[in-house]
Amino acid sequence: MTRYVLMRVGQAALVLWAAFTAGYVLLQLLPGDSILIKFQNPELGLSPQQIAEIRAYYGGGDPPIIGYLHTLLGFLRGGFGYSIDTGTPVVERLAEALPETAELATAGFALAVLIAVALAFAAGYSRTSWLRGALLAVPSLFVSVPAFWLGILLIQVFSFRLGLVPVIGGSQTQQLLLPVLTLAVPISAPIAQVLARGIDQVYTQPFVPVVAAKGASRWWILWRHVARNAVLPALTVAGMTFGELIAGSVVTETVFGRNGIGRLTEQAVNAQDTPVMLAVVVLASTVFVLVNLGVDLLFPVLDPRLKASA
Amino acid sequence: MKVLSWLTIALVVLWAVVPALFTGYDPLAGVPAEKLRPPSLEHLFGTDAVGRDLFARVVHGSVHSLSGAFVAVAVGLLAGTLLGLLAGSTGGLLDDAVMRVADVLLSVPGLLLALTVIILLGPGTVNVAIAVGIGSVAAFARLARSEVVRVRRSDYVEAAFGSGGRFPAVLWRHVLPNSLGPIIALAALQFGVAILAISTLGFLGYGAEPPTPEWGLLISEGRNYLATSWWLTTLPGVVVVAVVLAASRISRSIGRDRT
Amino acid sequence: MSLLDVRDLAVSYDARPAVQGISFTVEPGEVVAVVGESGSGKTTTAHSIIGLLPPNATLDGGRILLGDSDLATWSTRRMESIRGAQIGLIPQDPSNSLNPVKTVGAQIGEVLRIHKRGDRRTISRRVVNLLTRVGLPDPETRARQYPHELSGGMRQRVLIAIAIALEPRLVIADEPTSALDVTVQRRILDLIDDLRAEFGTAVLLVTHDLGIAANRSDRLIVMKDGRIEEQGPSGQVLSDPRAAYTGQLLRDAPALSVREFRAVEQTPEEPTAEPAIVVHNLVKEFRVGRRPFRAVDGVSFEVRPGTTHALVGESGSGKTTTARMVVRFAEPTSGTVTIAGAGTVAAPGTAAGVGTVAGAGAVAGGRAARDFRRHVQLVYQNPYSSLDPRQSIAAIVEEPLRNFRLGDRAARRRRVRDLMERVALPESLLDRRPRELSGGQRQRVAIARALAVDPGVVVLDEAVSALDVTVQAQILDLLEELQRDLGLTYLFISHDLAVVRQISHTVSVMNKGRIVEFGTTQRVFTDPRHDYTRELLAAIPEPVR
Repeated sequence: MTRYVLMRVGQAALVLWAAFTAGYVLLQLLPGDSILIKFQNPELGLSPQQIAEIRAYYGGGDPPIIGYLHTLLGFLRGGFGYSIDTGTPVVERLAEALPETAELATAGFALAVLIAVALAFAAGYSRTSWLRGALLAVPSLFVSVPAFWLGILLIQVFSFRLGLVPVIGGSQTQQLLLPVLTLAVPISAPIAQVLARGIDQVYTQPFVPVVAAKGASRWWILWRHVARNAVLPALTVAGMTFGELIAGSVVTETVFGRNGIGRLTEQAVNAQDTPVMLAVVVLASTVFVLVNLGVDLLFPVLDPRLKASA
Repeated sequence: MKVLSWLTIALVVLWAVVPALFTGYDPLAGVPAEKLRPPSLEHLFGTDAVGRDLFARVVHGSVHSLSGAFVAVAVGLLAGTLLGLLAGSTGGLLDDAVMRVADVLLSVPGLLLALTVIILLGPGTVNVAIAVGIGSVAAFARLARSEVVRVRRSDYVEAAFGSGGRFPAVLWRHVLPNSLGPIIALAALQFGVAILAISTLGFLGYGAEPPTPEWGLLISEGRNYLATSWWLTTLPGVVVVAVVLAASRISRSIGRDRT
Repeated sequence: MSLLDVRDLAVSYDARPAVQGISFTVEPGEVVAVVGESGSGKTTTAHSIIGLLPPNATLDGGRILLGDSDLATWSTRRMESIRGAQIGLIPQDPSNSLNPVKTVGAQIGEVLRIHKRGDRRTISRRVVNLLTRVGLPDPETRARQYPHELSGGMRQRVLIAIAIALEPRLVIADEPTSALDVTVQRRILDLIDDLRAEFGTAVLLVTHDLGIAANRSDRLIVMKDGRIEEQGPSGQVLSDPRAAYTGQLLRDAPALSVREFRAVEQTPEEPTAEPAIVVHNLVKEFRVGRRPFRAVDGVSFEVRPGTTHALVGESGSGKTTTARMVVRFAEPTSGTVTIAGAGTVAAPGTAAGVGTVAGAGAVAGGRAARDFRRHVQLVYQNPYSSLDPRQSIAAIVEEPLRNFRLGDRAARRRRVRDLMERVALPESLLDRRPRELSGGQRQRVAIARALAVDPGVVVLDEAVSALDVTVQAQILDLLEELQRDLGLTYLFISHDLAVVRQISHTVSVMNKGRIVEFGTTQRVFTDPRHDYTRELLAAIPEPVR
């Protein structure tokens, strides 16, 4: 068991390191000196001392491997370098943007899971085939909708047509409502699909008629036996969608004019602010790897068969 | 449903190939006097702020989305399937290496990966397509590998070796045809996904330059008239949804038929 | 009054009739066996009684009287109240019939909870009692274990405990032992018998195995194509079958038909001829975690040309691993396999090592390894998985000829047609795909493919186990005929002693990786010397012992 945990943690660390290295090579090594030259842009208004600090951070003048190790060390200590756009440390910009996105992503994920579970269970319980078909068609519609368009549509309907949610101002909750929905809809789809498919598959398992032969009701079978088994693959997919939360926030925050990581990303791309981009990529990849590590470690707890092999 | 999906795709392909067959209006030149007209028989999708026919812009824009999606799927399919085949059929160290690279690619969300590529290559339709394609390499590689591994373990592949087959012959005659089905299904699915991603990047302003009538860009331009002209954002979006839905339907029917 | 009275029952799947107006009764405390081949409607009949038909099935007519009540008219809700309480079910496949993420105790206790029999404490006491009653040692520990921690036989005991927990009046046993080894099979059937005697429960025993039905039932119902061909007291049906189909079943069932033993002396070969297969001191070790595990532990035997040698044993005995080493799909850890005319294969590093071949999907290494494939062919257990679903039958049979570049196109075509005739398949099947063929037809195709390059030795790995008895009998006849005509040597791997008795000249009995007994079939069956052989033989019906 400890061996399994250690192995999974090691694997996660390896993936993270590889993601960082690939990002570094693409975003800083290749553009290389041009980054350092940009910091000398007088528009940033940096003092010579600050420029020297930045040069030292990026290991300017040193061979690339030293610069790489410098940056890696910086990341490990939680320092992500300096923004080309503003000259401020990337950490400060991330710290500013993170709370907005964290709020959006948490609420969005929770809603997505809620939608997915409701859809999959309703489909699993219903016996009318047209209703089942309709419920199962919803997720494929959800993945086919461009998130930015959905956001715009929601604004149009709820703000302009119905006047339910003010475009500007409004309470904290009102402001969160539409962005959360926009974020949740596309993310709920893959979870719902896998959960529904899982439920269908578990229903074909020979143990289901055995439970029915004990006199169990449909709901008893679904809730106590099928759900427990079907939730495992859905958990994996839910973990995978965590990366999409950050990607989705790029679109959502742009559409709704919120200042979060997504907006920061967009600005970084526009300004070719590679240090910020690298930080965002590493952040997204860290969240993804950690969440999936958590899912993997949770698996043996939920499925006793894995405890033996793990 | 299946027929409807194929018809949708066929229609959009025809839009891209012979747009003049479907609309007489110029997608780029507008008639200022006719600006912001709601949908009517004359202008099916209405007109935009400078009096251009929106339907004409959607029809002429299909070529950008479709060719972009085509390039993206080609990049992902070729690179991913090749890597997956290699990993699955050789096994060992190479297999491990390829799969860890796929893990790393998967750990970065598709959109961020695409944006990273765009920072490097700069914006533009082709670059966006390549960026989206790279984002799907990992999915293709994983699927191709698991399919090859599944088929390789089957009795009939062993039986083929047992009847004197050599490795390349068995790979060509048995492993490839039997693992191709799900990969083709994924390609169809990714076609829809690519159209979504390309329109998203277009919406964010990294794709085609205005006044190119790219679908994402169309919707982005329509945002300024949300309060007054709903059709500018709604109708191009409906077209995108229809095409993506059709692609995923077709993908599922391929997946069913081939297994 | 009968306990169960089924009248004119008719069931269909998507408007395709599966059961067409059958009537029978079950008296209290009696064992009624429903026998039939796959597709005969026996399982459908059983499931309609307990109301567990799949959603695409419809009850077209008839009455299912349990005492006074007609279950055919009952709502789902009412059916739930009698399932488990008045009718119990023992399912077919113990490996998947328990929920893998719940403890055994919870799953037995569940039936008591559903029917609200007692609180948590009484239920857990009752669970331990039940586990003891079905013969599981250390019941407290068992109750806390998960299904995957128990063996197949133990799982089936748990399922029996569930079925009898509320002492129902009727237990439906749907192929309760077909997934189990013969020795375990016998103990499970004994247990069901004991419980029936103790509680007076009637048993509806659904089985494809006439041997089991003959030994274990009071009355017998023979089904075919959704109809009852014959029913009556078991002894009478077996000794004096009235329906022609019953007679055929009895003739074809290897477990019931006493045939002459095949004697080695019958073969035309000189007794001094060089053996076709020599296996010497064969060992195969697998690594499970850190401990090496010996799947095959020093196996030696010889097979004379033109005869059939059977390797018989239960699951895990090492018989299949031995077969795979003989056909060089697995590499021995040590020891040698010599095939006359095809050289010797030994563990890597030993002097005799010729072309060694690694695990599944192995790349046939050098010339020698490929040459070997012309001498030795393998026929698999499952004719569904051993044929490429995308190839036509013609392409499948032709493939070995193409691999060895034998003849031009026209010559290969002719050869394929000859082979089809040899295995008695019509030429019209050549353009079909495997899924359009029946199981028996597929196995014939697999045999045709194996014969394409004129091999001297054919290894048959449970090659008839997946087939219905009548089809099984036909394939066995075909194999015998081919052996006579072509002088083939067979290595026949099987768990089924009755089949082995019928086809083989000599037998090796395997247990835990070793051969415990070797001899002519006649000697082993009539005068077994090892305890394990005696136990195996005790598990099969009287006539063939």
